[in-house]
Amino acid sequence: MPYNPALVAPMRAEVTRLGARELTTAAEVDAALGDQRGTMLVFVNSVCGCAAGNARPALTQALKHSVVPQNVVTVFAGQDLDAVARARQYFGEYQPSSPSMALFRDGEVVHFVHRHQIEGRPPQAIAGDLTAAFDRFCGAAV
Amino acid sequence: MTVVVETGGALTYVGRYDREDDQGVHLLDVGVHDAGSGAPKESYIERSSRYGVRAEHRHLTVGANEVVRITQLGRWEPTLPR
Repeated sequence: MPYNPALVAPMRAEVTRLGARELTTAAEVDAALGDQRGTMLVFVNSVCGCAAGNARPALTQALKHSVVPQNVVTVFAGQDLDAVARARQYFGEYQPSSPSMALFRDGEVVHFVHRHQIEGRPPQAIAGDLTAAFDRFCGAAV
Repeated sequence: MTVVVETGGALTYVGRYDREDDQGVHLLDVGVHDAGSGAPKESYIERSSRYGVRAEHRHLTVGANEVVRITQLGRWEPTLPR
């Protein structure tokens, strides 16, 4: 059952204020992820503690990096059920977890951050992994 | 916390640590590797780390007397410490 929208609103805002576009329906996910060109980060948001303490702060830090994906979108697990289910179809063999982050380049997942790579790790470490992936896959020379 | 629970038998479990009590270790969203399947345990754990855990059980308890080692998935190493 989805969470109370009022409860999750601040959690959504913490991501959208970074410039991430929120996808709340399967159609919006298809429009964003189907036939992609360039680079895109999909942030799977969640109400859990490691999203609040680790994943969202890490995303905030990582998006201040000099090299970032061309687009950042977000879906909310446990809330926008159809959108999350559809987004996961684009993740291929990467198993569902939340929070998580998928970096796409030209429609392919090139880097994935699972929940187990978020929980128990400081935001700085997670952001470091993300920015290394940004440098590798989102730079002008790639 | 996602952990690898190794046992003295053929089965290894990967899942989210829930709690531990007299019954054993309670895990959520659990994948299971059976050494009898022929696939190496190391490959299974490395694949779980890279692609995530393919959950076969929503909840599973590993008996306390079966558990040999519990390791955080990201810190798992193939050899048991001496």
